[in-house]
Formats: sequence, structure tokens, C-alpha cells
Amino acid sequence: MNDKKIIVAGLIIFILIVISPFLYNLGNSAPAPEIELSDKAKAAGQCVESKDFMKKEHMQVLDIWRNSVVREGKRIYTNTSGKEYNMSLSTGEESCLGCHTDKAKFCDRCHEYASVSPYCWDCHTDPKEMNNGK
Amino acid sequence: MGNNRRTFLKAAGISALGIGTAPVFNLFASSKPAATKLTPEFSQKKSALPAKHWGMVIDTRKFKSKEDLEPVIEVCNSIHNIPHHEEKNHEIKWIWEEEYEHAFTDAENKYINEKAKHLPFLVLCNHCENPPCVRACPTKATFKREDGIVLMDFHRCIGCRFCMAACPYGSRSFNFRDPRPAIEHQNPNFPTRMKGVVEKCNFCAERLAVGKLPACVEASKGAIAFGDLDDPNSTVRKLLEANYSVRRKPSLGTEPSVYYII
Repeated sequence: MNDKKIIVAGLIIFILIVISPFLYNLGNSAPAPEIELSDKAKAAGQCVESKDFMKKEHMQVLDIWRNSVVREGKRIYTNTSGKEYNMSLSTGEESCLGCHTDKAKFCDRCHEYASVSPYCWDCHTDPKEMNNGK
Repeated sequence: MGNNRRTFLKAAGISALGIGTAPVFNLFASSKPAATKLTPEFSQKKSALPAKHWGMVIDTRKFKSKEDLEPVIEVCNSIHNIPHHEEKNHEIKWIWEEEYEHAFTDAENKYINEKAKHLPFLVLCNHCENPPCVRACPTKATFKREDGIVLMDFHRCIGCRFCMAACPYGSRSFNFRDPRPAIEHQNPNFPTRMKGVVEKCNFCAERLAVGKLPACVEASKGAIAFGDLDDPNSTVRKLLEANYSVRRKPSLGTEPSVYYII
């Protein structure tokens, strides 16, 4: 075992290479985005389910909603506490965007931070963007 | 390294420990089940129009010229965000006009009367009772609802166009290009489509769900009737009883739900 020095040096170099991406990004991670609620959403107090649940499961909720609306023609969502909601992402006052009026500050901020690009907006339209764009 | 009892036991002990860790790690790695099981309910709106089998009767006697058809086609195009592409191959059609010999290929006589020869006919998805497009679709993106409407779920469409090959009426169009730039005025109350999906008439399922009749029916000034074909007292059944009607390509056995009074 006369190669101890070489082995230890080699190990240190190897470990440095492996953790180099983490070292490189150390300290310059972007801060978690702040979500801005619209006045209407603030006034409502709660989304269709609890805030905690919506944070984690809104994608599953939307998936269930689209199947219910498109495939079964059922458009009313009665939540666990018995309150009824119109199931729609982007159309009209009684839709997700009807309450969360600022898509850029509500949806996009987090999605960009988490580097997810949901394809909702390939077809669904944000009334606000439509007015600005065209 | 002597191969004795002591080293063997050491190795065996460490191995046993290693094998034992896997289940423990799996236990920690598995996600916790949702803390609260939600029990939401899904229901139709109270204003939704009910039917067992939606059907349409088009009174071709009331459409005398192309000008009569235009408002009907226009209202559909505008509320459903249907793009207008200059290129004929990229055309998107939900409801459009067709001449007699193309619409009714089964009834192609050598000599037909002048009126039928020049009359423009409205054609759209026939919402067949036996829809070949539904059988062809590999993802069940197109499906037949319980009320007889053959619908597209654009979320699921992968753009394979099998349904277009299967439809004998040419009722389906493919978005070869991004439709958005080709939409003149976007209706915010209906989504657009994206490049790479097939689309077609949906019998205004979104309007029926809130208690409104299809837009083309409203714009036709009484020339198009809409109702429940399974209800003998419905307007459509009364019209079909009182008048002679035809359907497109009946010999194929698709059983269209769109009837034409000639």
C-alpha cells in the first residue's frame, strides 16, 4: 500500500468533479417565486379546495376536471364541503382564470421557476394576453 | 488473507445487513398517501338540455342560395375559433356547403332536377350512431357520448388522422398549421386548437351544457331543427314524420343523425 497518496488525491479530484455543478451553483440559486393573488382570489379566501391541497394537486384536479367536462359533460364540481363550482380553466368569470386574473403572476411564475411547461395554453386562452396581443 | 471461519462469518454478517437495508429504504422512499381523501362530486348544470339521441333536421327547401348559408357557417366559425387558411389543403371545416352530387353520392342519378343540381347543401359531422371514426381512434380521443354526440377530446388527440381516413363524410380537418394566427377575432369563451390535432363539429356540446341550442340552429331562422330523435314528440321527429327526408351515404350503415328534408 505505497500508493496511498495517489489514491487519496485521485479520490479528492473525483469527488470535486462530481460535486462541481453543485459548487458552481452554490449561492446563486434563484429565490422561490412569490405568487400574487388577485383581489378577487383574496376576497374569496379559498380556492375550490384547501390552499395546501391546491398547491400540491392542482394538476390532478385540472386533469380530473377536463375529463369530467369533455368526456362526461359534467361541468359542476361540488367540493368536499358542499360548495359548487363551474369547472373551466379559462372561460368566463366562473373559471380558474376568472378568479386568478393574472396568469403571468399566478401560473407562470411558479411554472418557470420549476421549469415546467404545461401545454394548457397551446389551446386555452388567457383573456388578458389576448387583449394585449391582438 | 486467511480463509478461516472468522472472515467468513464477517462477510456473511455484512451481506445480511446489506440485503436487509433494501426493504427499509423502500419503506422510507415510498410516498405518503394523501392525508385527506377528498370526495368531490361531479354533476351536470341544471340548465343543461337532456336528450337520449341528439339529431338535426336540415330543411333544404328553406336554403335557396349561398347567401342563406353564409350566416349559419359564419356564426359557427366565429364562436368556435375556426381558423381561415388561404391554402385549400389547410382548410378547417366544421360546417360548410357542398353540392348535391358530392353530398349525396348514394343518390347520384344520371339526370337530376335543376333545383337539386344548383342548390347548395349544408354539410357537417353527422354524429353517426355507428361512428367509424370512433373505432379508428387509437387513443379514444374521439368518442360517442351517451346522448349520441360524437365528440373530440383535443387533449388526447395525437394527430394520427386515422379518424379522417375512417370518416366517409370528410367531416374532419387536421391542423397542419398553428390555427391561432389565422383566427380573425378570437372568442375568449372557447379554446382554440393547436397544430397537430384533428377537429370537427361538436354539435355545440358546450352550448347544450348550458341550455342553449347549437349556434347554427339559432342562426338558421328555422331552417334547421334540433332535438331528441328518440322522443316521438320532439320537433325533429314531427318534421321527419311530415316530410320526406334523406341522409348522407346511408348504405354505409353509419346511421347519421343529420337528416335532410328535400
